[in-house]
Amino acid sequence: MRDEIVLATHGLTRRFGGLVAVNGVDFDVKSNEIHAILGPNGAGKSTLINLLSGEMPPSEGQVLYRNQPIQGKNSRQIARMGIGRSHQKTNIFPRLNCLQNCELAARIHMGGVFGSWRSRQTAREVSERALEVLDTCHLIHRAYTTASDMSYGEQRQLQIAMVLATAPSLMLLDEPMAGMGREETAQVTELLASLTDRYTLVLIEHDMDSVFRLADRITVMVDGCVLESGPTEQIRTSEQVRDVYLGRHDKGATA
Amino acid sequence: MLHRYPKRVAIIMLVLTALVATFPLWGEAAFGNQANFMLEKLTFMLILALFAMSLDLLVGVLGLVSLGHALFFGLGAYTLALASPDFSPASMWWMLPLVMGISACVGLLIGVLVIRTKGIFFIMTTLAFGQMLYYFVSTSRFAGGTDGVFIMFRPSLAIGESTLLDLDNPYSFFYFCLGMLLIGYLFLRWLTRSYFGQVLDGIHDNEHRMQALGYATGGYKLIAFVISGVMAAIAGMLAAMQYGFANPAQLGWHTSGEVLMMLILGGMGTIFGPILGAFAYEILLYLYEHATTHWPILMGLTIIVAVLVLPRGIAGLIIAPPWQRKRIMNAEAHETENAPATASAQPVTQSKED
Repeated sequence: MRDEIVLATHGLTRRFGGLVAVNGVDFDVKSNEIHAILGPNGAGKSTLINLLSGEMPPSEGQVLYRNQPIQGKNSRQIARMGIGRSHQKTNIFPRLNCLQNCELAARIHMGGVFGSWRSRQTAREVSERALEVLDTCHLIHRAYTTASDMSYGEQRQLQIAMVLATAPSLMLLDEPMAGMGREETAQVTELLASLTDRYTLVLIEHDMDSVFRLADRITVMVDGCVLESGPTEQIRTSEQVRDVYLGRHDKGATA
Repeated sequence: MLHRYPKRVAIIMLVLTALVATFPLWGEAAFGNQANFMLEKLTFMLILALFAMSLDLLVGVLGLVSLGHALFFGLGAYTLALASPDFSPASMWWMLPLVMGISACVGLLIGVLVIRTKGIFFIMTTLAFGQMLYYFVSTSRFAGGTDGVFIMFRPSLAIGESTLLDLDNPYSFFYFCLGMLLIGYLFLRWLTRSYFGQVLDGIHDNEHRMQALGYATGGYKLIAFVISGVMAAIAGMLAAMQYGFANPAQLGWHTSGEVLMMLILGGMGTIFGPILGAFAYEILLYLYEHATTHWPILMGLTIIVAVLVLPRGIAGLIIAPPWQRKRIMNAEAHETENAPATASAQPVTQSKED
């Protein structure tokens, strides 16, 4: 089922007054692939992720998740459909410990918030799931550490662990390596690479080495539009993309 | 870990509880003929502690600052006053559920509207609802206008013909209030450590993230709002029982502000802190009132100093005393270095830090 299209957008547009942040974007994500979105600052990448995750409604266009239109649904509804997302800024529960952060994420999809009235079995399953994702994300030794006491890199990893804990079928990761050191970046790259056999990932990232190592396909955005979309090799050798990143991009060429 | 405190907190609270509970034994020796007056003061402190604790669920745990919490306090008082028969005592067996039921319904009604707001807007909408009820009650003939309503008989606690506890007796009533406070405390302690409590902590920390995870945060906030309101109404009912009347002042924003000050003084989000805050506030009030007619200035200064010096209130002072803070930080750093490589699969909210 590797070529099954999980997510697709048609003519997706988002306007902020006169500014068109995302302009008629068409792209699709296939099952179990890592689809990276590249683009300079202000290209509309994060807005696109916000439209996909329901954090803002599109002005126009369609988002199809497993052939069902999901545009107009809110972020809670979309999360419960199996689309998990991490944010560009570290977005965790600082006063809770690492395990509790992941438990909160796991519990909403496994039940048992009103744990005292439900079986202890659910509680155990939730904890096991949380420990499992912490293990996957190399954070098991920090399980009982308060999130605010962890290093920045660990907090970023915790954020990925929380998305994993929701057992999503599609993960939207917004710059998971932002602000990380070289060693931490390598660790997260390795982590993401290990997830591909179980998850489908949409990845926004500025670290080119990681993107080219991880992505199966890449979509390059400029000024809210798709400049080019295709397999990683095609993007790596694309003249157009090189021009954008070396600053020789002529705006007229993208229209 | 959140909502789990060092053993000394339990020890201090147990010692204080024992001290308060044995007041009838040592009160007369300490205060002479003032003992009865002191017992009355102490009873009122227990009631205010329950009131402050209920607000802590909203302000300290959930992170929603309310300036209209007195609405529920007054509602409890007026429900008792208006529902009590004129010539015989009401039974506590139906009065308590009635107060809880009415406050839950009103909490639900107001909650549906106010939990949609945040920050300053939540403060203003709760204040607005509180003041609306204040003006409604103080201008309504059936509620006695600005005079309020007198309660001729305290409710009775009896099974059949035999009285379980004579609530007219100040000592029995004192123990009844102490019992209600303990039940309230144990309930909130359990609630904040439950999974539901963990969701409230998550909403306090990062509501946006909770929604992105799939939580319908509004529902959880509404439940917490109603629980908090019901507990405040029980406190209001006890206050009305003690003084024998329900008065519009119990509903006003002054009362809401006062209970918020108790919370700040005691330490928000700790559940046991507001109990200490209520006692500290009332003791200070008593001392200042007897020292000068300009006591509000002294009280204001005390709150300012408390906020500056004790940002986590009296509770913070007990949880992490200044002379221990350095030692705790060193121990935490050491613990982080020697953290175990694996962790066992047990629900963390029920782990063994009690």
